[in-house]
Amino acid sequence: MAKYYIYHDPTRCIGCLACEISCMDWKELPYGEANCRIFRFGPEAVFGEPDLTFMYTSCFHCEKPLCVEACPSGALAKREGDGIVVFREDLCIGCRACITACPWGIPQWNENAGKIHKCDYCADRIDQGLKPACVTRCPVDALKFVPVEEASQLKRMRWLRDTFGRQVAPAAKY
Amino acid sequence: MGEKRTVYSICGMCSVRCPIMVEVEGDRVRWISGNPHDAGMGTALCAKGIAGRALLDDTERPLSPLIRDGERGSGKWRTVSWDEALDYVAEKLKAIIDQYGGRAVLLSDRGGPFGEYRKAFLKAIGSPNYCNHDVTCAVSVNHAALSLFGFGRKTLNYDYKNAKHIVLYGRNILESIKIKTTKAVINALDRGAKLTYIDPRYSVTASKATRWWRIRPGTDYALNLALMHIIIKEGLYDKAFVSRWVHGFEHLAKFVEQYTPEWAEEETGIPAQEMYLFCREIAQDAPHVIFHPGWMRARYKQAFWESRTTYLLNVLLGAIEVPGGLFFMKGPKDAGKKGLNSIGENLPKVEEKRADGAGWKYPYINKGPGLLHRAFEAIKTGDPYPIKAYIVHRHDPLTGLPDPEAQVEIFKNLDLLVVVDVNWSETAKYADVILPECTYLERSDLIANQKGLKPGFRIRTAAIEPRYDTKPGWWIYIQLAKRLGKGEHFPYETIEDLWEKQLEGTGITVAQIQEKGFITLTDKPIWYDRMNDLPFKTESGKIEIINKKWEDAGIPCLKPYESPEKPPKGKFRLLFGRCAWQTHGMWMNNPALHPYLKENVLWINKKVAEEMGLKDGDKVIVSNGGYKKEMRIFATELIHPEAVFMLHGFGRTVPQQTRAYNRGVADQRLEVGLLDVYDPAGGANALCECFIEVKPAK
Ligand code: SF4
Ligand code: SF4
Ligand code: SF4
Repeated sequence: MAKYYIYHDPTRCIGCLACEISCMDWKELPYGEANCRIFRFGPEAVFGEPDLTFMYTSCFHCEKPLCVEACPSGALAKREGDGIVVFREDLCIGCRACITACPWGIPQWNENAGKIHKCDYCADRIDQGLKPACVTRCPVDALKFVPVEEASQLKRMRWLRDTFGRQVAPAAKY
Repeated sequence: MGEKRTVYSICGMCSVRCPIMVEVEGDRVRWISGNPHDAGMGTALCAKGIAGRALLDDTERPLSPLIRDGERGSGKWRTVSWDEALDYVAEKLKAIIDQYGGRAVLLSDRGGPFGEYRKAFLKAIGSPNYCNHDVTCAVSVNHAALSLFGFGRKTLNYDYKNAKHIVLYGRNILESIKIKTTKAVINALDRGAKLTYIDPRYSVTASKATRWWRIRPGTDYALNLALMHIIIKEGLYDKAFVSRWVHGFEHLAKFVEQYTPEWAEEETGIPAQEMYLFCREIAQDAPHVIFHPGWMRARYKQAFWESRTTYLLNVLLGAIEVPGGLFFMKGPKDAGKKGLNSIGENLPKVEEKRADGAGWKYPYINKGPGLLHRAFEAIKTGDPYPIKAYIVHRHDPLTGLPDPEAQVEIFKNLDLLVVVDVNWSETAKYADVILPECTYLERSDLIANQKGLKPGFRIRTAAIEPRYDTKPGWWIYIQLAKRLGKGEHFPYETIEDLWEKQLEGTGITVAQIQEKGFITLTDKPIWYDRMNDLPFKTESGKIEIINKKWEDAGIPCLKPYESPEKPPKGKFRLLFGRCAWQTHGMWMNNPALHPYLKENVLWINKKVAEEMGLKDGDKVIVSNGGYKKEMRIFATELIHPEAVFMLHGFGRTVPQQTRAYNRGVADQRLEVGLLDVYDPAGGANALCECFIEVKPAK
């Protein structure tokens, strides 16, 4: 079962691309390629209010990963224990079935290798007790690698904090 | 693979120089992150810092010494050995020094904590002509600080972490990143601190601000005068602090009386009502407030006064030597410890006047870094004396200073132009000799002071051996000094020899510093007694509203406001800046960053664009003087209609940089005639005093 989640906090995110370049660098992907991608809304005036918002996107490591079902070669698999959807490049035959299957556009084409690439939560780092490369180097701690339950809690606190403009904490926690 | 090691060092991808941790496997750098021993840094690193690994792999940079083998700028080079290159440079320098004296040698760099050997080298050969890049950066801010406090801008730093209200004038703190600062600001905002951001353009920083003022370009000074008007008139200032430390407050009070918010509304476009609200609000948060005096404020002729009044807003609100405000940077002495020793042995004192006039023709201009654009004037005219050799160290005036065409013309008067750099710069293209420095990952440097609330030392240690035929800067200059018969001042062979000299008598070893990459000399933060014991270096020992040095030269410290010109029809004021994955023009060709830095676009006001028949994404021709280029527009209501904006550093002309070559538009090439346009009181080039033409491309 999926254990982890990468929580992205758009209130903190400055759209600096360090996460993308960090991913490319650690995974030694072709320059300009990364498993995670930052998108922006704006800058534009929305009903007269200027706005610019960044969103981080990467693999959700689905409970029922359609990419795994689509993959004919066993290159994609859901890992026992922590539920990470891992990718084995040596088994990939470059058929791109996963690109078609994934509803979120997560698998991407690696031109150098003629295979796909996708986020595996930096499983090699996790196994060493480290955090994913993107999370580790985010300059403003806009990314957090957390148990899934905590992500929901963080998200609730985020909107409460943004709506009321005050510090917020779970009621039972001191 | 190979043996694994961890090296704590200092990033070199921009001049911020963040503390880093480098993990090495054998002879290969596998990972770079922030240095987790530094709590404010953690493992954070910006895109550029991460791209340091790609720099190592990049072969589109000078990889061995090169001597020009054709006309200047012809792009023809001969690969030579270090001995040949150094002999060649030394011989040329010797001939110049014999004929014109040591003063005929000019050196410019980007300043920084590792450059002592370069200044020592100039001293050894008898030249006063050291300049840094600051004329296109913070020199006016520095003089604003000098005129008020008697010390430069770096003596005061900003405690963002504890600030309740931060005010920034185009200081795009979330895109022109300093990691520790950027993180501290985001943390402060998350804690509920307010951010007022003043910029004609909506940047990422504006997007996080509690208040964004889309000010008319060039009118910061008007805004500040009106803010002071309100603060003084409504008695919102810190009376105890002001009466204790401000000399000549009555002059200021009288002067700002005429500058009402209603008047400033006309000038700036910011509603007077908002100014009143702002002042009342920020006075409640005082003294835990920061008005940032500017970093890169080399934009307008009034920069000195813009910056001076920004400092004064801090002073009025008592935000000096206080948590959440500005604080004094402390050194080893404050911790009761011995500082680093100078490396030059028995260096002669250079009595010669500076060629740029700093300290004599312009007595109020700091002699340390001088004024590079005035040094260029001396190259051009030979007045006050000829400058015949120019050593450009990790600096790129043809990108950083305006009007490269005019500069290339001026350089024709030089007998020798040497570039020391890691990278191909635009200036390197015109060099006679290129001495390639190894990258910061392959280089150990001098130990540096780390001033702050907890002063200490920090060190850059090479993570790996240089991959190509490149050398560290300190080695290059010591070799040159030896060849010029000045070796006695530099009795060193290795970096260890230099470190030993620096640390002599401090009781601290290199190994101690290297353990974490830095060492602090005290456990407790040092604060001065802010009502009794602030070390202002002015004549009065106080903050001076009227400074004699400037007044005596006919420059009023309280200068009547002058309204910036409005651009004529069809023309726009050219603004420029940078983004978070870019360091000025330095890494356009970095293989990892290039995919994100292919071309720049022109921000233009949407309404104005529509009137010109343009829509978002259309192509336009931008031009000024002889420079003309096509680019796409980004049409948005989030930029002032008088202005257009582009990212700086594009339009590279070095063919060796195949990725960046001729991509995008070079803003500095549009700044025609601006080499001689500068702030007369602070010395900075006024890079935004520039109107360019924009026409639909058809
Ligand atoms: S590194 Fe962090 S701040 Fe930068 S774009 Fe990614 S998530 Fe946002
Ligand atoms: S977790 Fe690892 S693989 Fe996934 S996006 Fe982040 S850096 Fe890339
Ligand atoms: S801001 Fe980025 S490039 Fe600059 S020193 Fe820090 S990590 Fe390096």
